[in-house]
Amino acid sequence: MSGHDHHHHHDHEHDNHFTPIEARVRALESLMVEKGYVDPAALDVIIDTYETKVGPRNGARVVAKAWSDPAYAARLKQDATAAIAELGYTGRQGEHMVSVWNTPDEHNMVVCTLCSCYPWSVLGLPPVWYKSPPYRSRAVIDPRGVLAEFGVTLPEAKRIRVWDSTAEIRYLVIPERPAGTEGWSEERLADLVTRDAMIGTGLARQPAEVAA
Amino acid sequence: MNGAQDLGGQMGFGPVAPEKDEPLFHAPWEARALAVTLAAGGMGHWSIDESRHARESLRPADYLSSSYYEIWIKGLSTLLERHGFLSAEEMVSGEVSQVPAQPKRVLKAEMVPGALAKGGPTERPATSPQRFRPGDKVRTINMNPTGHTRLPRYARAKLGTIALVHGAHVFPDTSAHGQGEQPQWLYTVAFTGPELWGRGADPTLSVSIDAWESYLEPA
Repeated sequence: MSGHDHHHHHDHEHDNHFTPIEARVRALESLMVEKGYVDPAALDVIIDTYETKVGPRNGARVVAKAWSDPAYAARLKQDATAAIAELGYTGRQGEHMVSVWNTPDEHNMVVCTLCSCYPWSVLGLPPVWYKSPPYRSRAVIDPRGVLAEFGVTLPEAKRIRVWDSTAEIRYLVIPERPAGTEGWSEERLADLVTRDAMIGTGLARQPAEVAA
Repeated sequence: MNGAQDLGGQMGFGPVAPEKDEPLFHAPWEARALAVTLAAGGMGHWSIDESRHARESLRPADYLSSSYYEIWIKGLSTLLERHGFLSAEEMVSGEVSQVPAQPKRVLKAEMVPGALAKGGPTERPATSPQRFRPGDKVRTINMNPTGHTRLPRYARAKLGTIALVHGAHVFPDTSAHGQGEQPQWLYTVAFTGPELWGRGADPTLSVSIDAWESYLEPA
């Protein structure tokens, strides 16, 4: 990302190489840099942060620790923002965290029907489907139908709790710990915790699903 | 506003299409769009609420046919013009033709890690007593404001139960319009599937929203 040349963005003879939206974003960035509103190096740092530092592995470590350490699990239930900050995960789109816990009787699923609110500090940037009308429209009225499209079928009697993120509270689903993982290290447990399991559109992977 | 963004319960968009091994960005311009949006927000001239309102103010056909980063760029263009940073003409021509405005601050590369790690907390000291407690029955108000609101249509005039209390938070309905933060108590309110969706609704379903106190009345 850092290699491209900001000085060529508004050379119109080059615009033919770009789709309209590419040309528009390049023009906007170039104008903002030229007018001194943004530091191009800052843009690269922002992108690098979400490409290499902040992603669903953060959340997986939180879940694995909660599975392994009852005292941590208690803190995560009591004050998720502080408990997650213990692992160093703080900040943008994770300022006010709440953990919601799957049980044998209840499954949790998170959506933002009004925009794309998502717990960036623990899951990184949201996937396209999370931001798109099919998920945002149906998660609150037909969560079982949505889950089926992710290959998840829950028992009919299991309660489903959907959290529509309409404020700045961000929800992290703590999936149920799979059986047969007694004594596993947190690092190994974290491999079972998928992004979708922490949104609630999936379940934690079973030990047999990960390579030995 | 009852814009295209208020999607809960709408029908006809087809199945969710999860991608296997989805890339973080589908094209390099998406990464730049994310970064310029965040960096421009870092100038400190508009709130996240005003940003959201700029996006949801797109014409419904435009909103629904744009990818999410396209929506962001269209919203950002609105904000840059509204606040005097770029003219429409500049954005069309790609050439600077007006004297730059003076931003409150510019996010420098070395400031980015700290700024992202701090984020933008919205909790504020409460200025009024807490009206509701967990377990209280409440009814959401009915309203159809033309400005920004975070009370979705599907959850208006519905009977729910207070589930969580989050302290006082910036009120988006005013913050989006330059009318100040006016913090209010914020609650998670849970509704049953049948209360929201009526006949044929899934009886095992519970849906919650986060609702500011003025969205709620005792029931």
